[in-house]
Amino acid sequence: MKITIYGPGCKNCVNLADNAKKALEETGVEAEIVKVEDMKEIAMAGIMSTPAIGIDGEVKIKGKVASVEDIKELIS
Amino acid sequence: MLLVFEIFIKFADLMTYNLFGIEEGTQLADSVHFFFYDTTKIIFLLSIMIFFISIVRSYFPPEKTKKLLSNYRKITGHIMASLLGVVTPFCSCSSVPIFIGFVESGIPLGVTFSFLITSPIVNEVALVMLYTIFGWKIGTLYLASGILVGIVGGIVIESLGMEKHVEEYVYQISAEESEIEELDWSDRIDFAKEEVKEIVSRVWLYVIIGIGIGAAIHGYAPAELLAQYAGADNPLSVIAAVIVGIPLYANAVGTIPIVEALMGKGVALGTALSFMMATTALSLPAMIILRKVIKPKLITVFITVVGISIIGVGYMFNFVMSFV
Repeated sequence: MKITIYGPGCKNCVNLADNAKKALEETGVEAEIVKVEDMKEIAMAGIMSTPAIGIDGEVKIKGKVASVEDIKELIS
Repeated sequence: MLLVFEIFIKFADLMTYNLFGIEEGTQLADSVHFFFYDTTKIIFLLSIMIFFISIVRSYFPPEKTKKLLSNYRKITGHIMASLLGVVTPFCSCSSVPIFIGFVESGIPLGVTFSFLITSPIVNEVALVMLYTIFGWKIGTLYLASGILVGIVGGIVIESLGMEKHVEEYVYQISAEESEIEELDWSDRIDFAKEEVKEIVSRVWLYVIIGIGIGAAIHGYAPAELLAQYAGADNPLSVIAAVIVGIPLYANAVGTIPIVEALMGKGVALGTALSFMMATTALSLPAMIILRKVIKPKLITVFITVVGISIIGVGYMFNFVMSFV
């Protein structure tokens, strides 16, 4: 599984990546976390409000820092 | 006076007279009391109001705004973009994806700018502070002027035909069609709670500092001096106010109580409005972010057009107020 964090590197994006890590640790799910910081790529994914999180290339939650619980639901 | 505000008066009494032991009726006591009363009241009101504003905003995600805007052309497009700029949640870090998303979906450049100009000017924190500190008349004037500046600025940029000053790659992007999330009530309430937490934790310190300086000005600044330099009679004051306002970006919310105190000392209304708009609309960090999608020439045009519009608003209000 691949988890993508979209965001230009602001504080919220860091928080979102941390939440994703925590969700992985707590569930024991194996996944790779990739950060996309390039605005062009973010826009191409159809995202207009950052940060956003995607699973296997599909954008799931955008415009807010998804909670650990939210992410757990996405990956289970 | 609302009953809840009694609590804040009691708290300010307690802090001023009991904890600090300042004698009642002195100028220092008045300033300190004003400080504790205003900070607690405003942070309380900010929390409540941002919650409700965020509920409204949850109905207008940028994706939906984009869809709505692609239905309008010409003047209607500018008006809609400026109005949607008020209700769409926006932070300067999202301005690039929003810009690309709008342009890519065929929304005219000037209409996109109408949105990008109004959105930061009419932000929720500024609105709440304006309405609580200045009252509904000036709050509404600011809101209407912010929308007007967005409409006019966008129309001017559109008429200048600046399309070639957008970075080429923007036109080559074809974004995936993004779906608009369906939210239920609990999602909206969660979103609003998160917004309150995020915004209040970001601005509370500036609010306190701003009110602190405002309180000091109320008590101690000489009135005649300011009236002479920044009153309605000095035609250059509006321009000076805009130039001073640009670097104050991070403290935009902190400047509002200071401006209120300055108005009490003779600064003209139009000058004050221009100053507040400049702190929100023209900021260096926002320009640096926008530079990723537009070329220096268009940045210059953007600053010039918005700057002149804001100065225009200042003169208009100073002129109108001289007849009231």
